[in-house]
Amino acid sequence: MAEKSWLMEFPQMERKDLVGIRKSLDGLYRDFSREYGDLIESFFDPLLYFLVWFEKLLLATPWWVIIAVITGLVYLATRSWKMSLGTIVAFMLIGYFGMWDNTMRTMSIILVCTLLSIVLGIPIGIAMARSDRVQAVVTPMLDVMQTMPAFVYLIPVVMLLGIGKVPGVIAVIIYAIPPVIRLTNLGIRLVDKEVMEAATAYGASAFQRLYQVQLPLAMPTIMAGINQTIMMALAMVVIASMIGVKGLGQPVLKSITNQYFTMGLLNGLAIVVLAILFDRVSQAYAKRTQKHLGGNQHG
Amino acid sequence: MADPIIEISGLYKLFGSTPSNVMPMVHAGKSKDDILAETGHTLGLKDINLSIERGEIFVIMGLSGSGKSTLIRHFNRLIDPTEGVINVEGVNVMDLPQKELEQFRRHKMSMVFQRFGLMPHRTVIDNVAYGLAVQKVDKTTRLAKAKEWLKTVGLAGYEDQYPNQLSGGQQQRVGLARALCTDAEILLMDEAFSALDPLIRSEMQDQLIELQEKLHKTIIFITHDLDEALRLGDRIAILKDGELVQQGEPAEILLNPATDYVEAFVKDVNRARALTVDTVMKPPVCRITSETIGEALTEMKKHKDDYGYYVNEDGYQGVILQETLEDAAKENAEDQLCEDVYEDIPTISPDSVLEEVIPDTIDNDFPLPVVDEDGDLQGQLSRSSVVKVLGNS
Repeated sequence: MAEKSWLMEFPQMERKDLVGIRKSLDGLYRDFSREYGDLIESFFDPLLYFLVWFEKLLLATPWWVIIAVITGLVYLATRSWKMSLGTIVAFMLIGYFGMWDNTMRTMSIILVCTLLSIVLGIPIGIAMARSDRVQAVVTPMLDVMQTMPAFVYLIPVVMLLGIGKVPGVIAVIIYAIPPVIRLTNLGIRLVDKEVMEAATAYGASAFQRLYQVQLPLAMPTIMAGINQTIMMALAMVVIASMIGVKGLGQPVLKSITNQYFTMGLLNGLAIVVLAILFDRVSQAYAKRTQKHLGGNQHG
Repeated sequence: MADPIIEISGLYKLFGSTPSNVMPMVHAGKSKDDILAETGHTLGLKDINLSIERGEIFVIMGLSGSGKSTLIRHFNRLIDPTEGVINVEGVNVMDLPQKELEQFRRHKMSMVFQRFGLMPHRTVIDNVAYGLAVQKVDKTTRLAKAKEWLKTVGLAGYEDQYPNQLSGGQQQRVGLARALCTDAEILLMDEAFSALDPLIRSEMQDQLIELQEKLHKTIIFITHDLDEALRLGDRIAILKDGELVQQGEPAEILLNPATDYVEAFVKDVNRARALTVDTVMKPPVCRITSETIGEALTEMKKHKDDYGYYVNEDGYQGVILQETLEDAAKENAEDQLCEDVYEDIPTISPDSVLEEVIPDTIDNDFPLPVVDEDGDLQGQLSRSSVVKVLGNS
């Protein structure tokens, strides 16, 4: 009898054992977050202050200054009048439809997330490129970060830090940092072996090889990674809004629950505008620095 | 020839996961194939012993897979040997810790690569100055120096170009200038000219020879091209499957190949272009030193040949025929030897290539006198010796 059911049905774990595991794990984590939650939260305080300060800065600055600065940056990076004019028109429309404040909030969090992803991601990518063992450990972690549904890792983050900006930033970074890590690693590994040999043969130290040869030659690939990271961070905006990150995501979320099609569409379009803007600017900048690389290398 | 700058002894390189465990098999004399089949380790180099003299061009020659590129990378430890000693100016390079190894690479050796190894993100002048930049020489000094070397290799005016804007030959000149710019005494050239087309290659060879006459560097040159090896090398080592099969001067390798492998190698070489007169000439059979015609005739009759080379304290004077002497002796045997009795035969230099002297050798009935720069008679070159050397390939 027992054997038959074993053949017909998957021999699964006793229900009460499973509940036990769940309870004990959840309990352990709850205790951990109660014990260390405040400590960890205070660790992130500087980040929170910076986020709040940056958001306030963008919100307090008069709209025409922001448009002027952004258009200026766009022109500097792309050298295209069309692109610059499009930027002005797009931001005018965003403001006209009443999405200015939310757009500023989203922009501030995306910029901070991108910056943090670069600061954390490039050193990790370098470490991966230098050691196959590090690569073997980090690669599956990146796979998990990219494929694990965001909601799943939102749970422990929220348990630990509550809802708000900091958990939002952490969630966005978890989702958005893999490309910059992966492509930094790839870019460095693809550097011509003979050029590296030449640097070594002339007595360059590991540090000199990294800064004078590997990073400059990997830069095009790294820039592609940064571009991907920005795009993925923008894609996370709506999910991040579920844990209290203010910005364009919140009206979108509201539209879903209340079936406000137009509101959803407008806010969605505002996200698209930001995405196109970041993408074009970062790509144009990347192209220009690559041409530039030679001229500016004096090390 | 007693001032070795680099000495390599008992050098083994085994590629694989645990080379030290497999070394006993190598020492037991198992073949490369057996070791690969049994352990998955590849024997890269086997018992290499070399000694390279200061100021010579030492060519290491072998086909692809013979281990020559692996070997040259041991000189500056781009690859670490499994076993062996590498002595450079009395210092065992294997003992150097990382920091000192970097210093050693900066100041003692520089390297030229087959595919140039230039940095695409730096201008030509920054590439040339790279070795100095690594040494942290200040910018003005290193750029000034780089500019000089760029001029020396014939690329003045290209300072601000990027490597990919230059042709292959020009890029390798940049590579050469970069190597010379550090003033390192030893130059490692890994198939430096192999990627260039034949015309540019021979141009670069000429340039290297010309530079070497001025600079007297110690050059270790890797090539798979025997003609190149013979042209550049003061000495040549031939590598096969990670083993040295023969080393010696070019003529020695051409004329006395040690194994069938070397023999097959040298078979297709254009000997007329590769050999110089001094490697083929014979000692002069009849050297006449007497002052008068009569005595000269007596001297000549002791030899079976009916000609002789007249030499006095000023060196070689001319070729004299027995017949002419006999005629002259009828008139006055006490007369001094003088230009009237000399035959009209050109002299050749011991350093000329056979190819250059073949026409003269064929045109004349007598072996040509080989006379060096000081005017001394060094030997004689007959038609038959030329034919023998060119024919027995």
